[in-house]
Amino acid sequence: MMENLFYHLEEAAAMVLFGIGFTMLLLHRNLIKKIMGMNIMDTAVYLFLAVKGYIRGRMVPIVTDGILDASAYINPVPSGLVLTGIVVSVSTTALMLALTIRLYERYHSLDLDEILMGVKREEHA
Amino acid sequence: MSRQKDNYENSWWLKFKRWVEGEIDPLAHGMETVRPDQETEDRRWQREKLLQARTAKERKSQELREALEARELRQYQKIYQVLSVLLCVAVSLVLLWTITYLPEIGDAGNPDNNEVSARYIEQGLKETGAVNIVTGMILDYRAFDTFGESCVLFIASCCVLVLLRMDGGSDGEKSGKKGASGAKKRMAETNDRLYEPKNDVILQQCSCVLVPLILVFGVYIVLNGHLSPGGGFSGGAVLGSGLILYLNAFGFRRTGQFLTEKVYRRVTLSALTFYCLAKSYSFFTGANHLESGIPLGTPGDILSSGLILPLNICVGLVVACTMYAFYALFRKGGM
Repeated sequence: MMENLFYHLEEAAAMVLFGIGFTMLLLHRNLIKKIMGMNIMDTAVYLFLAVKGYIRGRMVPIVTDGILDASAYINPVPSGLVLTGIVVSVSTTALMLALTIRLYERYHSLDLDEILMGVKREEHA
Repeated sequence: MSRQKDNYENSWWLKFKRWVEGEIDPLAHGMETVRPDQETEDRRWQREKLLQARTAKERKSQELREALEARELRQYQKIYQVLSVLLCVAVSLVLLWTITYLPEIGDAGNPDNNEVSARYIEQGLKETGAVNIVTGMILDYRAFDTFGESCVLFIASCCVLVLLRMDGGSDGEKSGKKGASGAKKRMAETNDRLYEPKNDVILQQCSCVLVPLILVFGVYIVLNGHLSPGGGFSGGAVLGSGLILYLNAFGFRRTGQFLTEKVYRRVTLSALTFYCLAKSYSFFTGANHLESGIPLGTPGDILSSGLILPLNICVGLVVACTMYAFYALFRKGGM
């Protein structure tokens, strides 16, 4: 298993990054740090996709010298998918940050537990 | 009851004494009720004793409950942390275990390097006219996907605008609390650079040099999207960061002269509308062929590859405006 992991170094790095992001998402009570964890998970997915499109010894998919052979360039499809992912992750991050600002304005805390306590207190009141 | 006695009951000494004896909570002094005047000493004594016993019992049970809750919470948190660490380690291990079964990195025979990518590479230049195959793919073959992305960005900025919009006092339905917070926000807007150096000379001089370069570079990336790495999204992000630097150096008064909310709305909506109209004609032609009728030109020229250049410009405008809007909204809740 270990030597296999050595051949999949980039993918292993992506998975470790994913694990780190997931841990941050679960363990941190601060909402900003949760959002950071989410972004690290996104980054791991981009790295994984970009690695999937790579082919050893080939050029970036920009036509040079009129070569139109598919065996000269790497796979362009994952690059396009990563672009989509980045845009969506930027949008969701902005949305999450805006919601966090609203929560902070209302409960004066970024701590998820304190926010939930505040919600409970408001429900009882 | 005489006035003297009133004063005695409200005196600090009696309150202190009662607090020491555990009869009252000094923080809950608003809860004390005014006793009726005709109450006899006997009844009052009885009632106080009853009250005393009850409050003592209540307090004891409440303390017990709180201690129990705190212990439960601590236990729960400990269990939660242990379980989440275990879950994360398990997820990471399963993922690592799975990737050892994946085909080798960089092998041309991998299943994802199939006829789709071969077709994009071999026919892309002929059919779209774009030297950059990725741009040709995302702005010609998959242009609707990119349109959706631009719409996602636009909708996200609209949501942020709705969430963070400064509440004016005219907001009728929630005038009480919202009005106060709106006033506070407006105060914060005037002081939004309270903790920053105002009109920092170093920042201003640097941005005088940097902002034109950054903007020109962004325009270059947008216009060369079909020729070199880049395109609407990356170029738009560069343009937006240039605008943000300008805003940081010179403040909202200067950027407000050319980039207000109205301008933002008009630019974004017209760019999205143009994109939509330029690409949705294929619905009317049966959605079978995506040729635009515009000559593709010589590959490698700026004015080539049909609709890709205008679409790149549209996407770049949307992205630049959205980046700037995100920053302005997060900073002061308006543009």
